[in-house]
Amino acid sequence: MDRFVFLTVDGLSRGAVYAAFALALVLIWRAARVVNFAQGAMAVAAAYVAYSVSAATGSYWLGFVVAIVAGLLLGALVDRVVMRHVDHASPLNPVIVALGLVLVFQAVLGMVYGNEFRPADVPFSRSALTVGGVAVLSPYDLFVFAAIGVVVSALAWMFARTGVGLRMRAAAFAPEVSRLLGVNVGGMLTLGWALASGVGALAAMLVIPTELGLHPHAMDLVFVSAFTAAVVGGLDSPPGAVVGGLVVGLLLSYVSGYAGSDLTPLAVLVLLLAVLLVRPGGLFAPVAARRV
Amino acid sequence: MSATRAALPPRQREGGAGERPVDRGRRGSTLLRHLAVLLAVGLVLVAVSYAVEPFRNFQLATVAAYLCATAGLTVLTGLNGQLSLGHGALMATGAYTVALCQNAFLDRGLTGGWLLALSLVAAVLGTVAVGAVVGVAAARLRGPYLAGVTLAVAVVVPALAVTFDGVFNGEQGLSVPVEPPPLALGAYFPYERWQLWLSGAATLLALLLVANLIRSRYGRTFRAVRDDEVAARLAGIHVARTQVLAFVVSAATAGLGGGLLAMLAQSVSPGAFSLTLSLFLLMAVVIGGLGRLAGALWGAVLLVALPDLTHSVTELLTLSPAVAQRLEGNLPLAIFGVTLIVVMIAAPGGVQGLLSRLGRALLARWPARRS
Repeated sequence: MDRFVFLTVDGLSRGAVYAAFALALVLIWRAARVVNFAQGAMAVAAAYVAYSVSAATGSYWLGFVVAIVAGLLLGALVDRVVMRHVDHASPLNPVIVALGLVLVFQAVLGMVYGNEFRPADVPFSRSALTVGGVAVLSPYDLFVFAAIGVVVSALAWMFARTGVGLRMRAAAFAPEVSRLLGVNVGGMLTLGWALASGVGALAAMLVIPTELGLHPHAMDLVFVSAFTAAVVGGLDSPPGAVVGGLVVGLLLSYVSGYAGSDLTPLAVLVLLLAVLLVRPGGLFAPVAARRV
Repeated sequence: MSATRAALPPRQREGGAGERPVDRGRRGSTLLRHLAVLLAVGLVLVAVSYAVEPFRNFQLATVAAYLCATAGLTVLTGLNGQLSLGHGALMATGAYTVALCQNAFLDRGLTGGWLLALSLVAAVLGTVAVGAVVGVAAARLRGPYLAGVTLAVAVVVPALAVTFDGVFNGEQGLSVPVEPPPLALGAYFPYERWQLWLSGAATLLALLLVANLIRSRYGRTFRAVRDDEVAARLAGIHVARTQVLAFVVSAATAGLGGGLLAMLAQSVSPGAFSLTLSLFLLMAVVIGGLGRLAGALWGAVLLVALPDLTHSVTELLTLSPAVAQRLEGNLPLAIFGVTLIVVMIAAPGGVQGLLSRLGRALLARWPARRS
């Protein structure tokens, strides 16, 4: 029972990160109809910037803030410099370009920092507090929940309650009409990319210390898990992405706790295939439609 | 019924988009034409294998192995419109099958050159089985979903080698025992030349089959499904079956390519079949020119030539060993990535597209100059 509680909390903490990362994927998918396969590499790049800043100044929090700012800028840059110029007629094109970006980011990071694991700092202890003799939560888990809770609520509030959020939704839903009504559709798209990339950078900052450390490929498997989470929730649904992230986090935690951590990649693949074959639109998409 | 059919313009009935109508009477049998090309290329290859040094022979053999995989990916992505990021994993399947077969033969004391052929056939069959499973799933998926699943395959399959390290020996991988060249060729026959002969022969055979397939009815249904699924279905094509078939064909060639790579390196390890390899393959076919077998050739050449080129460049520069090592591993990736992005944005036809445009422009000017 103790173990089950521990694995559940651990899974929720991991799942929160996947949820944030999946949310970033969903943000771009809703805005631009592109699954950003470069998300993981972009987030790692932001984390490396934070690593350099933290190493130079000795302050974790300065690095943390810089990572998120770097993520925002990187997202805007990728949209303005690359993605905007891609012909979106075939859905293959943006995917292929994003994969090119993956190679570029990973290669540049490898050239600057080398292809070895670097230890990543944590701001709070990762050893679990005990409640009534049962090891439950570590301060770091609390920090993860708090950070992601704040970001998800802020995004939800922004999209539902603010003018910018409304314009972003309008620009994604009906670009031509929005443009006629005076919405800066291109700007909204760039803002969407920036926000998504910022959320991705936050997720990377939170998840990398809990794994092997900083490495140009550190987010490869996290990306696959987050993509699975987004698909479980349905690529179009932000609440679905959050729920999907928690589901994937719990599943991976149980699999690695009870069956061995080697099996987690396989579990992700099986879950992804199962969801896509049984309910391709995801659990939160009531209508499945394909444009012909 | 017959009236509607007659009303269709002939080109549309052929199914391919932008395809030149083939005048069968003038150009003769496709099979004979392909066989003639095959024979010519084979002869040139044998001549080249004597002319160049052993290391170049080995590189050419590697190009041939990659060409198998890129040709398969061309069929799948270029002709059938299905994106696969998992071909590195399919190559790994072929490579591990060859390794396991060769080791099993050795353990049972079987020897002989023909065993390698048997192992390669087993590699193709094994990969076909895996490809059929992935293909059935793939046929139900579109665009980014398909890319995501195949990406997961590419990440997960190399990890399986570590999970089941009893069979696959983890990160260390397996060695692949390969027979030396037959004595009939002489005692001092270079091993690399023999590798080029084997790899070249297997690849040419695979290319012949793929080229004929592309020209056949199946090739036309592939393209029809790529261009418009609904129209293809209305024309009586079973879309899902066609997509699975394309995936299986593509997997078979990828498996052969992987098997050849295992034979060339004489070892297999998960590190050699990482996600990066899958991305490289996709990149190669896109840069070479999607949908054209010649593009697959350019891609395969690039895959071998670019790391070699960056190696020579980094050797020219005087760098500290640590920096040189970082550059050498990563510079080809960066160049590949940037080239891919530029090609996708500026020249979607790839190298082969540019070449054919150049060729057509030259041809158009030729008669004008003569008159």
